[in-house]
Amino acid sequence: MMSDHAADHSGDHAIDIDKHVRVYITVFVTLMVLTIVTVAISRLHLPVPIAVSIALLVAVIKGSLVAGYFMHLISEKKLILAVLALTVTFFAVLLALPVLTHENGFWIPQPHAAEQAAPEGEHK
Amino acid sequence: MEIPYTVEVRRDTGLTNGKIGIWLFLASEVMLFGALFASYILIRTGSQSWPRGDTVLDIKLATFNTIVLISSSVTMVMAWASLMRRKLSTFRMYMGGTVLLGGVFLVVKYFEYSHHFRIGEGPSHSNFLAIYFTLTGLHMLHVFGGMCVNAYFWGPGAKLYETNPVWFTNRVENSGLFWHFVDLVWIFLFPTLYLL
Repeated sequence: MMSDHAADHSGDHAIDIDKHVRVYITVFVTLMVLTIVTVAISRLHLPVPIAVSIALLVAVIKGSLVAGYFMHLISEKKLILAVLALTVTFFAVLLALPVLTHENGFWIPQPHAAEQAAPEGEHK
Repeated sequence: MEIPYTVEVRRDTGLTNGKIGIWLFLASEVMLFGALFASYILIRTGSQSWPRGDTVLDIKLATFNTIVLISSSVTMVMAWASLMRRKLSTFRMYMGGTVLLGGVFLVVKYFEYSHHFRIGEGPSHSNFLAIYFTLTGLHMLHVFGGMCVNAYFWGPGAKLYETNPVWFTNRVENSGLFWHFVDLVWIFLFPTLYLL
């Protein structure tokens, strides 16, 4: 009996693993290059929104390489992909919450300037 | 009593119980770190000013640690590949390397932390440092936990290989999934805390 992953490689076992190892080395080199790129871009002192966008884009690429190849998600069973899709959805909602609630959120009616300026005594 | 579905796959899931278990655990971990990242965004966007990470933290040490952790991910996956080739001695070499690299990561973090505490920059010093210590501290606990499990498989846990090599390989794969997740978290922590 073989494991689910081992079963995938039961045919030309050794050759398949050799192929995997070559991919791991390629991914490793790519991750190293992208790490240098991340640090190099940060030294350019770009405006914050652009710097954040580029840094997160590079991080997403690096993360996808780790998840796809080292964690074998690229050839994983549908059930696990479904669980992860659900997780990513809720993760996105979680990260969106602080952005949406920033400055009370766009759906919350803003009080008029006169109402906002409460009498001094009320601040105590 | 024998533990079910450690080697053979379940018909309904197409997976071993260990595999689905570790992925469900990792899903919960994503939400744990997600909550902390969300707190970080909330505090950062709500503050009047926020320091650039490189003005407070040591980029060189963090870059070195990034290289260390990525390297440890490669040694981890090579350890699993060695077991798939049924080479226990090669597995031990790569797994030993993974544990060692995890140790290097923690030692570097120790130097980083001790520097901040020496100059009075503890978690209560600023919002930035509070978030830095919370996120990296939790991440360090994960590195330590992963190291303990990997060290067990390198040492006494490897006895299972003699009686059931496939089960042992599956266990190492699952522990590898956790280790790669720890690497994944650091890939996002590094730019968000140190570079932006």
